[in-house]
Amino acid sequence: MYTFPNKLRNLAIAFMVIGFLGLAYGFITAPSTVEEAKEMLASSHGDGHGESHAGVPAANHADESAHATSESHEAASEEHATSDHAAGHNEEHDASHDEHVFHQLSNKPWAALYVAAFFFFMISLGVLAFYGIQRAAQAGWSPVLYRVMEGITGYLLPGGIIVIVILALSGMHLNHLFIWMDPEVVAHDKLIAGKTGFLNLPFFLARAIFFLTGWSLYRYFSRKFSLAQDEASDISNHIKNFRISAGFLVFYIVTESIMSWDWVMSIDPHWFSTLFGWYVFASMFVSGITAIALITIYLKSKGYLEFVNDSHIHDLGKFMFGISVFWTYLWFSQFMLIWYSNIPEEVTYFMTRIEDYNLPFFGMVVMNFIFPLLILMNSDYKRINYFIVMAGIVIILGHYMDVFNMIMPSAVGDQWFIGVAEIGGFLFFLGLFIFVVFKELTKAPLLAKGDPYMGESERFHY
Amino acid sequence: MSNKVVHALYDDDDVLLSAVKSIRSEKHHIEEVYTPFPVHGLDKALGLEDTRIAIMAFIYGCIGLSVAVAMINFIMIEDWPQNIGGKPSFSYLENMPAFVPIMFEMTVFFAAHLMVITFYMRSKLWPFKKAENPNPLTTDDKFLVEIELHDNEKALTALLEKSGAIDVSIIEKPE
Repeated sequence: MYTFPNKLRNLAIAFMVIGFLGLAYGFITAPSTVEEAKEMLASSHGDGHGESHAGVPAANHADESAHATSESHEAASEEHATSDHAAGHNEEHDASHDEHVFHQLSNKPWAALYVAAFFFFMISLGVLAFYGIQRAAQAGWSPVLYRVMEGITGYLLPGGIIVIVILALSGMHLNHLFIWMDPEVVAHDKLIAGKTGFLNLPFFLARAIFFLTGWSLYRYFSRKFSLAQDEASDISNHIKNFRISAGFLVFYIVTESIMSWDWVMSIDPHWFSTLFGWYVFASMFVSGITAIALITIYLKSKGYLEFVNDSHIHDLGKFMFGISVFWTYLWFSQFMLIWYSNIPEEVTYFMTRIEDYNLPFFGMVVMNFIFPLLILMNSDYKRINYFIVMAGIVIILGHYMDVFNMIMPSAVGDQWFIGVAEIGGFLFFLGLFIFVVFKELTKAPLLAKGDPYMGESERFHY
Repeated sequence: MSNKVVHALYDDDDVLLSAVKSIRSEKHHIEEVYTPFPVHGLDKALGLEDTRIAIMAFIYGCIGLSVAVAMINFIMIEDWPQNIGGKPSFSYLENMPAFVPIMFEMTVFFAAHLMVITFYMRSKLWPFKKAENPNPLTTDDKFLVEIELHDNEKALTALLEKSGAIDVSIIEKPE
């Protein structure tokens, strides 16, 4: 049995405390009135800001009609939008613009909280999918890692509940992350009004609870059968696990897709991409596999998991490499079609990101594609823990940036910054994740010894 | 020097693997192993050097990428400038997303084809080449190990028979 080392427990708690303080600082310093927001902006940006901001298509709030025109202007001619348009509208725009910035600044700590909460939840959901695939495929190489995967999916329920609570708080208008939740906005917006059959609060929350219940039920029963198999004399539990895993995967790919529209894409309710479900899936899958590799290497370095050899690490490295490339394929497919067709209501999504988020947007491609591609390409490097850890940390941070890029542009526009609140949010959920996952690891032996494929897995070598 | 060799025939890949290990541990020199399909782990058991084709694949891929970039730049930008996706910028970089599929495909094309050609050259294979295979059974379901003979006929034959060979024969190799 594994015991949660005190050092790691203290580290996790320290992360949570520091992260909590960071988030609290973010919430306290967020402006509570339009005047405060104005002051903050004046002190940090100086003048000239209004000009650069007027043409920015940050999809938010009630000035949607004016916003739509500024977008098409911009698509036609950027020069025109910034000089002519901004100069003409500066006077009457000022009031609504100030309120716009106020909403963005008050969204900032919420968005920092939501990005981190969703990111760590996404890791455990990705691991659950990976685990389900191993079970359904009756994989021979991976049973030695089952307990690590089950430990990580232990975060699914608490993490998911936190995300749903944040969504419910948005629904109570404590923040403006989801503008379609505001009836005032919907009343003036034909496009969102047309989507209310799907995007309405009761149905939205009911879906969220339904999804989380489904995933948690699979996780609960799969873990139960896995533990029961340890002591069993026949393989009936293994077969049950195989069956529910196959069923779960069907349920998962549908619900994960709808979840990504709901929880991420609907932050920008005017924009849509049919590839989005797959894109979020690739992101969670690769971060999940990376988390498995990092935790496995950590446990092995502490003298546990002596039955895991470097061929298992090699296989995880192959998955990290392959799914990183898969993620890039989807990222680029989504980008290229929208870039090529250049339809204003679609291309605004990438214009915001390239103009206001240039560094995080392209930096993320370097972290999630170019770095792992070059580091993990060599077969021998995939067997060296040092390389896997290095690539893994970059991949995890890169996919945090990915979620950041998915959520922030619509939530805070060009007011983004990776500051105290954002780092605090990341550290808080990292601490919580470590705490919950390692607590779960102590609850069962680290070797699922009853698994019928265990022998094959222990002898596995490439 | 004699050019006599021993041909030992096996009918199972697991037996072959353990036989190869025991032959090598007795310090006999294995010339070649003929198998009807690639046997997993045989390269390690034979102590062969790691293949360097992966390095060549990377280089070939880089060549393919460069050829693609040069080719598209000439075709789409220089020779006959094209208005791509309604964005007549006539710059390679600004139109780069449209070229990525071609860059990718050419990378794969060059890497794959040149790797196959390299493999044929390194294996000394070319069209109409006469097969070197000493026993047609190895194209069906048997495995053949060819070992150099140095006046140790008896010991070697005994070892091979012990290791599970179904047939051991001594062949005079034509020069």
